[in-house]
Order: sequence, then C-alpha cells, then structure tokens
Amino acid sequence: MDLELIGQALPVLFKGLKVTAVLTFLSVLVGFNLGLGLAIMRLSSNRAIAGFAKYYSTVFRGTPLLVQIFLFYYGLGQLSFVKDNAALWWVVSDGARCAVLALALNTAAYTSEILRGGLMSVPAGLVEAAQACGMSRFLRFRRIEFPLAIRQALPAYGNELVLTVKGTSLASTITVLEITGYAKRLMSQTYAVFEVFAIAGALYLATNLILITLVRLLERHLTRHQAR
Amino acid sequence: MEFGLWQVWEGGWIGAILRGGSITIAVAIASMLGGFVIGTICGMIKWGRVRPLNYLVDGYTALVRGVPELLIIYLLFFSSVEFVTRVATAFGYAGLAESGYAFVIAVIAIGAISGAYSTEVVRGALAAIPQGHIEAARALGIPSLRIFRRIIAPQMLRIAIPGMNNVWQVTIKDTALVSVVGLQELMRTAFIGSNTTRNPFIFYLIAAVVYLVITLVSQAGIDWAERLLRLRSRK
Repeated sequence: MDLELIGQALPVLFKGLKVTAVLTFLSVLVGFNLGLGLAIMRLSSNRAIAGFAKYYSTVFRGTPLLVQIFLFYYGLGQLSFVKDNAALWWVVSDGARCAVLALALNTAAYTSEILRGGLMSVPAGLVEAAQACGMSRFLRFRRIEFPLAIRQALPAYGNELVLTVKGTSLASTITVLEITGYAKRLMSQTYAVFEVFAIAGALYLATNLILITLVRLLERHLTRHQAR
Repeated sequence: MEFGLWQVWEGGWIGAILRGGSITIAVAIASMLGGFVIGTICGMIKWGRVRPLNYLVDGYTALVRGVPELLIIYLLFFSSVEFVTRVATAFGYAGLAESGYAFVIAVIAIGAISGAYSTEVVRGALAAIPQGHIEAARALGIPSLRIFRRIIAPQMLRIAIPGMNNVWQVTIKDTALVSVVGLQELMRTAFIGSNTTRNPFIFYLIAAVVYLVITLVSQAGIDWAERLLRLRSRK
C-alpha cells in the first residue's frame, strides 16, 4: 500500500463520486416517474396500452444495459430525424445526457414491474370503498392506491436503486468520467490496481449503504402504524 | 438502404454476429456453472454458519452485490494481465494472452459475480427446507451425507429454480460487459462491425435483438423445465 498514491487517487475518485451521484439522481428521478406511468399503463383495461407497457419492459429487461447505452450513444446519432431535432440531438450528442437517458429508460422498465406488483397487491375492497365514497379517479390513486402500493414495493425498489447506482458505472464506456471511469484511468496509469479498486469499491459500497438505509428509514416511516 | 442493412449482409457480418452470439452463450453457461458451484459451497457455509468461513462469504457477497460488475472486471483483468503475459511468455506461449486468456478471465469474472448471487439463492432455498425433514432423517439414523443427498439436495434444487432463473438472466446480460476487455463475443463483434462499416445503429440493434432472443428462449426453456418438475412431483 502506497500512502502517497492513495492521497493522489482519493480526490480524483471523489470527483467521480459527484458525477455518479448526479447520474443516479437524474436517472432515478426520470426513471421512477416513467416506471410509475408504465405500471399504470400495464394495468389499464385497454389492450393496446397494456401491451405496449408489457413489450417495453420485456425489451428493456431482456437486453444488456451496455447495448442500450451504445445503441443510444452511437446509434441514434446516425438517424436523420434525431439529427434534425434540436432537443433529441442535445440529449444524444453528450455522453452524460445519453447515459441518463439510457439508465432512466432501463430503470423505468424494472421499476414498472416492481410498482405493478405493489399496485396489484392493493385490496380491491379498499378501492371499491373509495369509489363508493365518490372519490375521483385521481384522488383515489393519490390517496388510496399509491400509498399502499409504494409501501409494498419499497424493499424491492431499494434493490433497484442499488442496481441503478451500479449501472451508472457503464457510463464510463461512453466517455463519462465517473468513479469507474476515473478508476480505470488510474489503474492503467499507476498499475496500483488493488488500491484503486479498494477506494472505488468502498465509495460504491458506502453510496449503496446510505441509499439502503434511507429506503429502510422511509419504509419504517410509512409503516409506523405497525410499529411494535 | 439507409441504415446499412445491405452492408451487414454483404460484409459477411451475419456469420460474425452468430459466432459472437455463440461465444456469449458459451461464456454465460460456463460462468453460470462455475457460479453454481461457488454458490452451492458458499450458500451451504452461510446456511450452516460455519464459523470463520461464513464471515468471508458474507464479505464476498456484500462486495460483489454492492460494487459495479464493470469495476470487478477491470480489477480481475488489470491485475492479472501482466502476470499472465509474463508466465505465458516464460513458458513460450507468447500468443496465449490473445486467444484463450480473454475467455478464461471473462468466465472467472462473470462466474465470481454470478456465484455471489447464486449463494443468496442457495442459502434461501436451504433455509426454506422444513427443519423437521432433517430432524426426522436424523432420528432414523441416516448418515449425514445421505441426508444431504436424499433429503436436502433434491428439495433445495427444486426451490432454487426460480431464483437460479433470475441469476441466469442477469448472467447473460453481464457477459456483455466483458467486451470492454476485448473478448470477441456478441457485443464486441457489434462494436467492431459498427466501427468498420460506420453503421452503429443497425449493429447495436441486431445485437440487442440477439440478446433478446437468447433471454426469451432460455426463459421459455426454464418455464418448460419448471412445469415438468412440478408435474412429476404431483404424481
């Protein structure tokens, strides 16, 4: 172990941690909302809408995230309608924005499955009671279905958050310098493979531990009526 | 053809993609088998709380499940590449580093990752076996090796199938990551193809379709196997 080397690698990897955190935050923000939309679509009685949500999740869960990232970053730029559309080009032309796009679409597929399970576990009687009280569809969803579903889905969603954090490491393959990107660069520059891995791994483990703890706290807060 | 579909056909890339796909499947199967062996051993250590070893296993699973797969692959690749090249050159196999080596390191890396997930599945399956079955066998005086072979293992395998299915799906997708260290599997073939023909869209799209076919076909196969096992147990 070389102390000087660790002192040199630490600030670099912390710089990467900031990028990893931003990537995770944005992907989860977009991905959760998309996933919620997809879960609702999946439970729709309209066959076409439900079918679209089903195929979306099959395709995104059946292919590796790396393929999706490469397809968006290298592939979409080739299409003329993407080049001509200013907003789309803005997203696709930059590695970090493209990584967020791919990660958000990917995590949306997994999130939709998790939330669908949660929504399906809401007892039908509660929904009928809300209906009988004259609640509008939106109010019913906001007050009855969503809070019960999220309570049910939260432990699984915590795992999905960890997978998203791990997924951000793939952004390093499309020129984004986050923890893994810097770690790879340091490994090939200094040959101190184990030291760099130890620091980078510890940063990831700490991030995941914090996220899991936050989810646990939220879970305890949501189920505080059951507290012994 | 705007997307270069013709170039894919003309350049003989279909064959290369199929070859890449079969390497992907080979890596996935080899890693899954290796991971299953690791998972069975580590899962039993975790289940039986074998004192000093279970802390090691806990550390291993926590590390692999919390750290990105890509970082683990970089660790194994960069830490071994110099060593292996030196050994191979010393024994007069300078070319070895290019051919079989990437495959071996890929299987070790993906197997280690898959093994950590398998450990959790095996541990969960072992914990789901009713304690009374084992106690009853012990009361009958059956030797412990036979208890494992006749009572524990068959139940464990059946309970573990859905979990192992998940691990398999994740393992197939993880094999795409070894393309970054140069093994010419499906993803790497698509990468080379898109660089050569300058048609990345069609190549990555084809790669995505091939991965999708692999996952869907294996899913259907596992569903079928599961049904078969369940039917037999009913009779």
